[in-house]
Amino acid sequence: MIELAHGGGGRLTHELISHLFKHYFSNVYLDLLCDAAVLPRPKGRLAFTTDSYVIQPIFFAGGDIGKLAVCGTINDLSMVGAKPLYLTAGYILEEGLPYADLERIVCSMAETAKEAGVEIVAGDTKVVERGSADKIFINTTGMGWIPSDRNLSPGEIRPGDKIIVSGSMGDHGMAVLCQREGLEFNTSLVSDCAPLNSLVEAILSRHSGVRVMRDPTRGGLATVLVELAQARGLGFEIEETSVPVHEGVRASCELLGLDVFYVANEGKFIAIVSPADAEAVLRTLQDHPLGREARMIGQVVENHPKKVVLRTVLGVRRVMEMLTAEQLPRIC
Amino acid sequence: MKFIDEFRDPHLARVLVETLREHTRQHIRLMEFCGGHTHAILRFGIRALLPPDLEMLSGPGCPVCVTSSAGLDHAIALAHIPGMIVATFGDVVRVPGSRESLQNARAGGSDIRVVYSPLDAVALAEKNSSRPVVFLGVGFETTAPGVAASILQARQHGIKNYFVLPLHKLTPPATKAILDGGEVKLSGILGPGHVTTIIGTDAWTFLSEQYGVPIAVAGFEPLDILRGISMLVDQVNDGHARVENAYSRSVLPQGNRTALAIMNEVFETCDAEWRGLGVLPGSGLRIREKYAALDASKTFPVSLTPSHEPPGCRCGEVLRGILSPVDCSLFRHTCNPENPVGPCMVSAEGACMAYYQFGEKRLED
Repeated sequence: MIELAHGGGGRLTHELISHLFKHYFSNVYLDLLCDAAVLPRPKGRLAFTTDSYVIQPIFFAGGDIGKLAVCGTINDLSMVGAKPLYLTAGYILEEGLPYADLERIVCSMAETAKEAGVEIVAGDTKVVERGSADKIFINTTGMGWIPSDRNLSPGEIRPGDKIIVSGSMGDHGMAVLCQREGLEFNTSLVSDCAPLNSLVEAILSRHSGVRVMRDPTRGGLATVLVELAQARGLGFEIEETSVPVHEGVRASCELLGLDVFYVANEGKFIAIVSPADAEAVLRTLQDHPLGREARMIGQVVENHPKKVVLRTVLGVRRVMEMLTAEQLPRIC
Repeated sequence: MKFIDEFRDPHLARVLVETLREHTRQHIRLMEFCGGHTHAILRFGIRALLPPDLEMLSGPGCPVCVTSSAGLDHAIALAHIPGMIVATFGDVVRVPGSRESLQNARAGGSDIRVVYSPLDAVALAEKNSSRPVVFLGVGFETTAPGVAASILQARQHGIKNYFVLPLHKLTPPATKAILDGGEVKLSGILGPGHVTTIIGTDAWTFLSEQYGVPIAVAGFEPLDILRGISMLVDQVNDGHARVENAYSRSVLPQGNRTALAIMNEVFETCDAEWRGLGVLPGSGLRIREKYAALDASKTFPVSLTPSHEPPGCRCGEVLRGILSPVDCSLFRHTCNPENPVGPCMVSAEGACMAYYQFGEKRLED
C-alpha cells in the first residue's frame, strides 16, 4: 500500500526508487540517480514535449495508465518526425494505492519503453492524501531528435495530397468508456494504445512525400482534420465509407448515440501525403503490424478552404466540425 | 445481418429517394417528432437528398430539452442539500436552469454523478448507504420503464436511501398540443421509433382518427427514415391518413407490454410543464402513492423561487417546430455547445446541437 511517506523523501521514497523505478527502468543515465540525468548531445534538431495522463479505469482492455503515458508522449514526438530517445516520468500517487498496482503500471511502462527503444532517464514521485487524487496521475516528458531532412508541418500540405489513416478509429475511447461505465456488449472492445515510432519510422525512412502527421487522440479524427485544414487554409474531402471502424466500436457508438469520428484513439495517426507517394506509403503502412488496416480516406482540395467535408454513406456532403463539448450518450 | 450496414445501403437509399422525388407532387411539411431523427437526418445528409417541396421540421422529441426550467431548478435545489448525491443522465448536467446548471452546482461542491442507467443509481445508493441518492427521472416513455424498474428494485432490496425526482413526459399529449396549437400545419408526422417500441403504434391512432394526420413510425438508420418519409408522402397522396410502421423489427401495435406494466405499476399520469408548450394535461408521470417513500419531490421539500427561461433563448419555439435553429439570432455565436444558452444546444438529441454539429449548409458537387 502506498503511504504518504513514499513521497516524503526519506527511506520509503528511497526504497520505492531503488526497488521499483530503478529496477524496472534501469539504464546508464537513470542508474546514476543524480539530481538530473546527464545525456549526450543528439545528432539533429530536438523535439521536446510533455503530457499528463489521468484516466479511469487505470487498467483497461489493451493497456493501462502507464502504457498510455509512455505511448502518448512517444507518439507526440513521432508526429513531428522525431525519433524518441528519452522520457521522464512524474507520478502523483493517492495514498492507499495498492503497491501491486503501482508495480504493474511501472512494469508496463518499462516494457512499452523497451519495445519502443526509449529510455526513462529521470522521474519524480509525490504522494497526496486519500481523496486528493484519483489513484495515480502520471506526467511524461519526452525528447527526441529529428533527422535534418525531415520537415513535417501543415504548411507543407498541397491541394491534391492524399489523407491516410494508419488504422481503425475509435477503439481506445470506446474500450475505456464501456469498461468505465460497465457497459457490456457481445464483442470485446480493446484499446489501440501503442507506441507508433516504429511505424512512423517505416514510412519516413522510405518515403519523402509525407507532409504532416497527427495523432487523433482526444477530439478524434474530425477534430484533428479540422485543425489541419484550418492551419493550412485548404479544404479536405473525406469519404465516410473509407474510414476503417471495427464492428464492435461502430455498434457500441450507435447504441450510445456517439459519433466515432470524435472518439479518442491512442495508437493511430493521420498522414497527409503527396499524391505521388500516397500508394507506396499506404503499402508500407499495411506491411507493418500496427498499420495493417491503414486506408486512404480522402484528399486535400482548393474548394471550401478551412472546411472538412464528409461524403456520407449516402453520398451526401456535409461539413464536419471540431468536437466542441464532450460527447454525451443519448437518453432516448 | 449486422443491423447497421443493411440499413445504410446507398443503392437502396437512392431507390427510395428517387421514388420520393417522383411521388412528391405538392408541398409536404412533415415533422420528425424525435431528436434522434433530427440528428440522423442531418448526420447522414438526408435533408440534402429530399425533394425541395418536402419540408422536414424538428419537433419536441428531446427529453432534456422539454424539461422545464422549474424542473431543472428543482433538481439543482436537491443537489444543494448537504450530503445529497444526485445521479443523472449526462445530458442534464450542462443544461442551464434559471440561475445555474447542475454542472455549476458540482463545481460549487455538490455531489453529482453521471450514470448510464437508473439501475446504476440504485447501485450507487447501495454503496453509499448513509447518504440519500436522488436519480433525476428525465425522459419519455423510453426511459420511464427503466426508472420504474429501479424503484421496484430499490423497494425489493430494501434500499432506503434511493429516490427519484419524476420529470418524465409522455409523447402523445405533446403531439396533440402541437396540432391543437395550430402554429404549424403538418402534412404528417415521422413517429418516434424508440418511444413507440414501448407504447406501440396503437397509441398513435388518435392522430388519424381525431386529426386526420398521417404518421409513420421509423427507426434511426437512413433507410428506416427514408422509408418512413416515403410512407407519409404516399399517405398524403392517397388522402387516407393512417398509422404505419416503418420499424417493424422493433415496434409492435401493442408495444412492450412488460415495460408498460412496470411503468404503470409505479407511475400514474399527471399534468406536466413542458418547455415551449406550457402545462399539458396528462402529459407527465408522477410516482404512485404506494411508492411515495421513494419520491424525492415528497421526501425532500425544497423552497423554490420562480423559474424563468434563459434570457433571449428561443428553444421553446424550436421545440414547437416554428423556428429553425439556424434562424435563432443566438445560434452559433452566442449559443454553442461550449456555452449553451438553452437545452437544445446541449443534449445529444437537441435540434440546435444537431444543426451546429452536422452543419446546415448544402455543398453541391
